[in-house]
Amino acid sequence: MSAEVVLQTERIGRRHEHLYFALRNPKVAIGLAIVLALLLLGLFGPFFLSDSPNEYVGPKSEAPSGEYWFGTTYFGQDVFTQFVHGLRSSYLVGTLGGGISFVIGLAVGFTAGYRGGMVDEVLNMITNVVLVLPALAVLIVISSYLEVRGVVSQAVIIGIFSWPWVARAVRAQTFTLANRDYVDLARLTGKRSWQIIVREIMPNMASYLLMSMILLFGGAILFAAMLDFIGLGPANAVSLGTMMQQSMAWSSLHLGMWWWFVPPGLAITLIVGALYITNVGLDEVFNPKLREM
Amino acid sequence: MTLEVADLQVHYRTLKGDVRALDGVSFSLADGEIVGLAGESGCGKTTLGKSLIRLDGRMRHVGGTAVLDGDELPIGDDKAMNARRWKEVSIIPQYSMSALNPTRKIGKMIAELLRARGKSYREFKDELVRRLELVGLTEKVLDNYPIELSGGMKQRVVMVLSTLLDPSLLIADEVTSALDVTNQRAVAETLVRFRDMGFVKSMIVVTHDLSLVYQIADTIMVMYAGRIVEKAPAETIIKSPKHPYTRALIGALPEVGLEYGDERLQSIPGKPPHLLNPPTGCRFRARCPLASEECEAEPPTVTVEAGHEVSCWKAN
Amino acid sequence: MGRYFRRKLLIYGLTFVIAVSINFAVPRLMPGDPVARMLTRNSVANVESSEAMRGYFNELFGLDVPLWQQYFNYWGALFRGDLGVSVFAFPSPVATVVADALPYTLALLLPSILLSWFVGNALGAMAARNKLLDNGALPIGYVLTAVPYMWLAILLAWVGGIILGWFPVAGGYSFALTPAFTWTFIVDLVHHWFLPFLSLFVVALGGWAIGMRNLVIYELESDYSNYLQALGAPNRLVRRYAFRNAVLPQITGLALQLGVVVGGALVTEVVFAYPGLGSLLLNAISSQDFFLLQGILLFIVIGVLVFNFLADVVYVLVDPRTRLGLEGGQS
Ligand SMILES: Nc1ncnc2c1ncn2[C@@H]1O[C@H](COP(=O)(O)OP(=O)(O)O)[C@@H](O)[C@H]1O
Ligand code: SF4
Ligand SMILES: [Mg+2]
Repeated sequence: MSAEVVLQTERIGRRHEHLYFALRNPKVAIGLAIVLALLLLGLFGPFFLSDSPNEYVGPKSEAPSGEYWFGTTYFGQDVFTQFVHGLRSSYLVGTLGGGISFVIGLAVGFTAGYRGGMVDEVLNMITNVVLVLPALAVLIVISSYLEVRGVVSQAVIIGIFSWPWVARAVRAQTFTLANRDYVDLARLTGKRSWQIIVREIMPNMASYLLMSMILLFGGAILFAAMLDFIGLGPANAVSLGTMMQQSMAWSSLHLGMWWWFVPPGLAITLIVGALYITNVGLDEVFNPKLREM
Repeated sequence: MTLEVADLQVHYRTLKGDVRALDGVSFSLADGEIVGLAGESGCGKTTLGKSLIRLDGRMRHVGGTAVLDGDELPIGDDKAMNARRWKEVSIIPQYSMSALNPTRKIGKMIAELLRARGKSYREFKDELVRRLELVGLTEKVLDNYPIELSGGMKQRVVMVLSTLLDPSLLIADEVTSALDVTNQRAVAETLVRFRDMGFVKSMIVVTHDLSLVYQIADTIMVMYAGRIVEKAPAETIIKSPKHPYTRALIGALPEVGLEYGDERLQSIPGKPPHLLNPPTGCRFRARCPLASEECEAEPPTVTVEAGHEVSCWKAN
Repeated sequence: MGRYFRRKLLIYGLTFVIAVSINFAVPRLMPGDPVARMLTRNSVANVESSEAMRGYFNELFGLDVPLWQQYFNYWGALFRGDLGVSVFAFPSPVATVVADALPYTLALLLPSILLSWFVGNALGAMAARNKLLDNGALPIGYVLTAVPYMWLAILLAWVGGIILGWFPVAGGYSFALTPAFTWTFIVDLVHHWFLPFLSLFVVALGGWAIGMRNLVIYELESDYSNYLQALGAPNRLVRRYAFRNAVLPQITGLALQLGVVVGGALVTEVVFAYPGLGSLLLNAISSQDFFLLQGILLFIVIGVLVFNFLADVVYVLVDPRTRLGLEGGQS
C-alpha cells in the first residue's frame, strides 16, 4: 500500500531533500554534534597536551582540579591527557574495525545476493556460522595469542568477526533489487557485474548502508573497549578501555577515585549513544513514513 | 440515496506542509449503484476511499461531509466511526494479499474479529461458508494460515470477509491490479454478483484501469489532482467524454484488458501537479491542449445532460 | 520443518567445527610460537607444571607428527573430554576448572537474559502505544544499549557497594563462609549475585525494549492491522495481534544477541571478581594459560549453540510459517 506513496514522495528531488531534512532533524543534529565534538577533542587535543599519556606528571590520586581537569591516577598520570588519547584510539578502532567489517559485509552480501545459486549457498552458510560464533570469546582467544597487540591489529580482528549481519541484510536487499527492471536493462547493455552493483544497486540502498556503517562503527568501539578491559588492549597506547582496566586494577573503586573510571565509560556511552540517536534520526529522514509530526 | 458526499477535503500532514489529496470532492451514489473511480495514480482515489471508512494517522479531515443512508459519517472521529465500519461501510483494500494476519488461522481470525465486534461466530459461520463456496472456496480455508493460500484465494477470502455483515457501501480499491487477466475478470464479476445478491447495496470501485471498470460500473467518475473532473454513466464516459483529461485517458486507452493503466497515461504529456501547492484555476491546465486564459479561473461544474457533470470551461 | 532443522543443525555443526579448528590453528599459526613461549616461561616460574604441560603437549600435539595428524589427535582428545591441564590451577584438568566456574556464569546469564527479554519486550510494547512513555523510555533505552557492560558494572559496584554499602563488590560469596546448603550461605550467595545480575539485566533491557517498540510500531502499521481497523476491530485485538507477531523476530534476536550478552557477562564478572568464566578468563590471560583459555571458548561456543537450538525450537512452536515449511523463517 505504501510503496506507491513512497515512490511519489520520492519523486520530488530526493538527494537534496534528504540532506535538508537530515540537518533539520534534531536527533541527527544532536547526535552528530556529540560525535564530532569528541572526535575533535581526540584529534586535536593531543597536540596541546603531552604526547605520552602514561607519564607521571603530578601528585598521586588527585581529585579533579583546575590544573588536572579530570584528576590524576594512582600513579600521578593526568587522566585528562589519557582520556584525550583514549578518544583517539577509540575513533581509530571504530573507523578501522567498522570499516573492515563493512567492506567484508558488503562484498559477501552483494556477491551472494547478486550471484545467487551455489555461491549464495556457500556464502550464506559462512555468514550464518560467523553470526552464531560468540565473537567476543573468539576475539579474546585470538588476541591473547598475539605477541604484540596494537590498535590496528585489534581493529582488524574485530572487523573480521563483526560483518555477518550486514552481509545478511545486504544480501536480502540485493536479491530484490537485482530483479528490478533497471538492473535487467543494465545487464542487457552489457555492463559488468561490479559496475551494476556499484552504479545501480548500491545507490538504492545508500541510506541503509550509511546506517549500517554507523552501527558497525559503534559496535567496534564497544568490542575494543571490552577487549581492553580484559587486559587485551594495545600494549603501548592508552585507550578508554585500558583506562577502565587500570582503574579497576588499582582499586580506584575502594579509593573512591571516581574521576578515573567515570570519564572513559561516559565517553564511550556518549559516542555510541549519540551514534544510535543519529541513526534513529536518519531513519526518520530516509523513511518518509516515519516523517510524522 | 445511499451516499451523499459534499465538498470533502482531506489532507495529509507532512513536514513540508499539507498535501491536499482531496480538495473539494462532491458526488452522490444511489442504492444499488456501482460507481467506478478512475484517474492516474496519485490523484487521490485511495484517499477518497479511506476517507469514507478510516483516516490513517497522517490524514486530517479538513472539511465537507459524507451522509450515508441519511446519517452523517463522523469522518474525523475514529471512535465514533468504529460502530459504522464493516456493518455500514466496508472496504476491500488495495493490499488484499497481505490483509490477513499471517500467524492466525483464517477461521480463528474471523471468529476473533466477530467476537470483538460483539457478534457470534457461530451465528455467522453458515453464511460465511456459503459465501466462501460462492466464490469457489471451501470451508477448509478457515483452517488454513494465509500463506497456505494463493494470492487469488486470499483476495476472495478478503472479499467475503469484508462483505460478511452486508454493508450499505463497499469500497473496492484496486482489487484487480495485482491479478492476472483471468482472475481480474472473475473478481470483477464477483463484485457485481455481490451487489446483485444484496450483500452490498452500493459500491465504489477504485481503479486506474478504465477498461475494466467500464465492464462493471453503472457510473464512472474521473478524478484529477484531488478533484472529480467528470462524472457520467459508464457508456457516456467511454463513448462521448467531455473533459479534455477524460478524453486523453480514453484516447490513450488501448485494447480492453491490458494490465497497467499508468503506462498508457504517459501518453498524456506532462505530470499531474503536486498536491502540496496545487495551482489555482483548472488543475489540468498545464497539460491541457485546449487551455486558454479563462482556465486560470476555477472552472464551473456543468451538467451537460442528466447524470453527466463536467468541470471544464470548454465543456459545452 | 525438517528442512529447517536440518539446515540449522548443519550450521551449528559447522560452527562447532570451525570454533574447534580456530582453537587448533591459532596457537600454531600465530607468529612467535606462543605455546613454546608459554612453556619456556612456565619452566622458569613453575617447573612442576611445566613438565606436565610439556608431556601433555608432546603426547597430543607432538610437533614431530604431521599437522593433519595433530588435528585429528586434537579432535580425539576433545571427544574424550580431555581439554588439557590448566597451568593456572595446576594440576586440575581444564574441563574441571571450567565446570566449576560454569554454574556462576549460568546463574548470572540465564536470569538476566530471560528477565531482560521479558521485561524489555513488555516495556517496548507499552512504549509503542503510549507517546508519553515513548518519549521518556526511548532515549533511556538508547543510552542503555550504548553503555559498555563493564562501565555500568563499575558504576553499580561504586554506588551500591562503596557509597551506599548495601552490597558486596567482590566474589561469589563471603570468604568467611564455606559453601554449604544452609540458609545463611544462600542468602550470602544471592547478596553477592545481585549487583552483577542487575548490571547485565539493565544493559540488555534497553535493546529489547527498543527492538520491541520498533517492531510493534511496524506491525501496527502493517496491512493486516490496517485492515482490521478498517473493519472496526477494537484496539485491543489489533494490539494483541501486533504484539504476538512482533515477538517472533525477538525470539530470533534472543539467539543472535547471545554472543554479545555472554561477552557482557565475562567483563561484568571481571568487575565484580565473580567466580565464573569471566574471572577464570582473566586469570587464564594473565598467566598465559592457553589450554584453559581454549577450554573456556569451547564451553561458551557449545553453550551458545545449544541455546540457539532451543530458540529455534521455540520459534517453530510459535510461528506457523516455519512449521508449515513454506516461506521458511529466518535461517
Ligand atoms: N501518507 C502520505 N503522506 C503524504 N502524502 C500522501 C500520503 N499518502 C498519499 N499521499 C499523497 O496524496 C495524493 C493522493 O494519493 P492516493 O490517494 O494514494 O492516490 P491514488 O490512490 O489515486 O493513487 C498523492 O499525491 C500522494 O502523494
Ligand atoms: S478548464 Fe481549461 S484547462 Fe481545464 S480542462 Fe477545461 S479547457 Fe482544459
Ligand atoms: Mg491508490
